[in-house]
Amino acid sequence: MNAPFYKFGLFNFDVSLIIAFIIGIGFGFALERGGFGSARILAAQFYFSNMRVLKVMFTAIVTAMIGLYYLSVIGFVDLSLIYISETYILPQVIGGLILGIGFVIGGYCPGTSVVSFATGKLDGLMYILGVMFGIFIFGEIFPFITDFYYSTNMGSVTLPQFFHLSYGMVVFLVVVMAVGAFALAEWSEKKFAHRNPENQL
Amino acid sequence: MTTLVQKLSSVFAKDKEMVEVKTKPYSNPYLTGIGLGLVLLAAFVIMGRGLGASGAMSTLVAVGINTVAPEHTQSNPFYSEYLGDGTTNPLKDWLVFEVLGVLAGGFISGSLAGRVKKGIEKGPNITSKKRLLYAFVGGSLMGIGAKLARGCTSGQALTGGALLNLGSWAFMMMVFAGGYAAAYFLRRQWL
Repeated sequence: MNAPFYKFGLFNFDVSLIIAFIIGIGFGFALERGGFGSARILAAQFYFSNMRVLKVMFTAIVTAMIGLYYLSVIGFVDLSLIYISETYILPQVIGGLILGIGFVIGGYCPGTSVVSFATGKLDGLMYILGVMFGIFIFGEIFPFITDFYYSTNMGSVTLPQFFHLSYGMVVFLVVVMAVGAFALAEWSEKKFAHRNPENQL
Repeated sequence: MTTLVQKLSSVFAKDKEMVEVKTKPYSNPYLTGIGLGLVLLAAFVIMGRGLGASGAMSTLVAVGINTVAPEHTQSNPFYSEYLGDGTTNPLKDWLVFEVLGVLAGGFISGSLAGRVKKGIEKGPNITSKKRLLYAFVGGSLMGIGAKLARGCTSGQALTGGALLNLGSWAFMMMVFAGGYAAAYFLRRQWL
């Protein structure tokens, strides 16, 4: 058996939608368990008092990255069949900056706002409506910014390719970086414990 | 399984004393991260793609505008990309179904932990009205940023992060940079 299963035709498109729903349940469940339905906990990341965003995100990235690495090394997963979006470095850097500012103002990102709404939070719903309004604005200005949107295309490029390092080496470096970030996060949570919203629940 | 059903139904039950669901603390972030990572890995192995969220909202916006002004969407390549070639319903989309799952999964997890409560998440020093306005404005910026970056925290940072995608890592660094840069000016909302 070879993976990704869908790319090897193990099931059709309609079945993939059922799988999408099931994977979504796992995604939403994990986000809610992690406290990501709460804007106060998410925003506290940017005031150093609650570092769940960093901890959960980096642990998830490291877990999936290591899993995929070993599954590809043993030849189970064909990495070339996994979709890697192309890099358009300048629009992505500017987009990331705008998104980060929006994160602190609104308290959510799109996925977490869905979880917040699912657990009855009105600000989560307002946030979703805001995201859709923002997408509408983007759609309306798209004809005027098309050139910028497609600028600085670097193709589909990964960190190992860009830095001329082996796949395993980059995996190792990311793990080292994550462990360092976790140590800093634990230290910062202790230092700013007095304003951690989780301690006030 | 029976306790799951009981707890879920208690959310809807008027008589809360029937099944007492106490608010539980959130799970350990590292264990949650491993769980989330395994969900992401499952998406890679089963589907050959990662997770997402803003893409589903884009489809909803494109379909909504297409219903009101079809000529407008057809002439705009941004919208028409989400509408497909017209042979299939654009709502029959992988990310749309995934986000419906997120809605269900968030509700199930919240119900089991007694965290499904009507309310507004806000800091102690801001009015509810202002908080809702900020949520809308922040969401709008997020929508614009996510479209410019070709994905949000799920599609780019999480998925692209695990795939070691260069653009995703640059994006992720900038999200944190933007967040920390703006945090000082928004401290009254949260602290």
